[in-house]
Amino acid sequence: MNNNSKPIKGKAFVLGKNIDTDQIIPAAHLVYSLDDPEERKLYGKYALSGVPAAESGLPEGGVSLTKEGETESQFKIIVASDNFGCGSSREHAPACLEIAGIEAIVTPSYARIFYRNSVDGGFLIPFESFEDLSSEVHTGDELEIDQVNHKLKNLTQNKEYRIKPLGSVADIVHAGGIFEYARQNGMVPR
Amino acid sequence: MGMTLTEKILANHSGRDHVSPGDNVWVDVDVLMTHDVCGPPAISIFQKQFGENAKVWDKNKLVIIPDHYIFTADKYANRNVDILRAFAAEQDLPYFYDVGTDSYKGVCHVALPEEGFTRPGEVLFGTDSHTCTAGAFGQFATGIGNTDAAFIMGTGKLWVKVPETMRFIFEGKSLPPYLMAKDIILQIIGDIGVDGATYRTMEFAGNGIKALSMEDRMTLTNMAIEAGGKNGVVEPDEITEAYVKSRTDHPYTKVYSDPDAKYHSLHYYNLEEMVPMIAKPHSPDNKATAEELEGEYLDRAYIGSCTGGKLSDFKAAAEILIGNKVKLDTYIVPATTEIARALETETQSGIPLMEIFKEAGCKIGNASCAACLGGPSDTFGRLNHEEVCISSTNRNYPGRMGSKQAQVYLASPYTVAASAVTGVITDPRVFIQQTVI
Repeated sequence: MNNNSKPIKGKAFVLGKNIDTDQIIPAAHLVYSLDDPEERKLYGKYALSGVPAAESGLPEGGVSLTKEGETESQFKIIVASDNFGCGSSREHAPACLEIAGIEAIVTPSYARIFYRNSVDGGFLIPFESFEDLSSEVHTGDELEIDQVNHKLKNLTQNKEYRIKPLGSVADIVHAGGIFEYARQNGMVPR
Repeated sequence: MGMTLTEKILANHSGRDHVSPGDNVWVDVDVLMTHDVCGPPAISIFQKQFGENAKVWDKNKLVIIPDHYIFTADKYANRNVDILRAFAAEQDLPYFYDVGTDSYKGVCHVALPEEGFTRPGEVLFGTDSHTCTAGAFGQFATGIGNTDAAFIMGTGKLWVKVPETMRFIFEGKSLPPYLMAKDIILQIIGDIGVDGATYRTMEFAGNGIKALSMEDRMTLTNMAIEAGGKNGVVEPDEITEAYVKSRTDHPYTKVYSDPDAKYHSLHYYNLEEMVPMIAKPHSPDNKATAEELEGEYLDRAYIGSCTGGKLSDFKAAAEILIGNKVKLDTYIVPATTEIARALETETQSGIPLMEIFKEAGCKIGNASCAACLGGPSDTFGRLNHEEVCISSTNRNYPGRMGSKQAQVYLASPYTVAASAVTGVITDPRVFIQQTVI
């Protein structure tokens, strides 16, 4: 979790629209402990395993977020189309992406509970783009998110896009989650 | 400026005279519900943040209803129920509906009203996206994650961004005999899309709402999340009061939208002109009429879940299944144990519903979420291969009911039952009006 406005750099993993929580982490896998250091790695292994192969890692497809037998991904930033994270309220969804090594998502819109869980749990930063970049960015492109100037740079294609400021959730994101935010504001004892 | 029902409840619970959409407010929570999938991680966060020996803010306001992965040999799933059991004992929780006991209930969103936890004017959070079901009782109810649930366990509060309200106004005096609330909500989701209500309230109103029973209203609000809605809500009336008072003597204060409340948008539907609807694979907004899909291939039929496993859903299915044999593998899963018992006592033409289903050749499961969300591979009714299923459940994204190779059509219990009898997608009007389409 990057919480100090430093640039976020890494490879892009590209997805389409309406990526729901069953595609992010299929329900059969929700049984593992998020605390046990070994068991929690399974969430990294199965992150995005519900996405149909043809739609996983666009534009070509057929790319898994984590390679066979691995629990951490080479990709750091997800770029997707509208309504990312729709479906259930399972917090295992943003958690599994963080465990796989994802630090940020860039999409024009999120489903509400996924967005909230990402922020309040401090798992990753959900950035909103002005336009749908899922057909511009290719899986594997090197990206850099400039949090200060609200820009997404595609270093591979040498292109730059504006992204939206975090707005009212910025304080929670920068605190690192709802508990840290509440402690800073005296709502929960330190 | 007046306020909507949702705005008023959020104002009342945050100590303010007035709130407007976009305001961030901290609300006092009346009920927090959790279950076997999200309860254990929420408990773990609670203990980490507030201390191993911390007590929850109010043990009478925390309701734990295991319902997701109950009848399975999965060791991790069973361990999760053990974690809930230990926590309930340690915290001395009066409202824990333990597996394998007489108090076991089944699907939380139907169990909550049965046990009197859904009350007009209140704020209810649950670690499940279909918590919005409870809005049918004129309250604010929405789904949250584990971290937010842990925060409530410790503080009794949570921040909420006040949503704008979309108002869906139903005209018409009664539902046509072949129409169910499921058809209405599938039509609405098909019209506005799976993100058509994102961050917003869906308020269901108009004279037509009087034609809808409490269970019908629950079907509407249940699927608000499938349009991205933060919550779904229906103003309380005598139907609401009759239900709530039969289940609890807990006091509550009814809240209504002001006549001059400001809405995001108004949407009109005439109930008497609506027809049976289906959501095709792989999205709840992929709409078609049942008539348009007549004859499409199916392998399986499924009637169950918080959306389509209530008593009225089984009564509807029985109307069509009575005296018929199913041509598909047909799964019947009552949402709760109370409904399962009612299947033995409720009758049609003198025959108990359970007997009608068994005579028709249906497979009957235990009260739980079962295959609605796939679950462990030994889950009753789970789609493990490339099956094509017509289901009274709520979601049909790839892999929702198990295998991502499977295909799911969402429909009303009437349409599912009619299709089970013929073996292909069938408009229920063929049975109910005895007409040929």
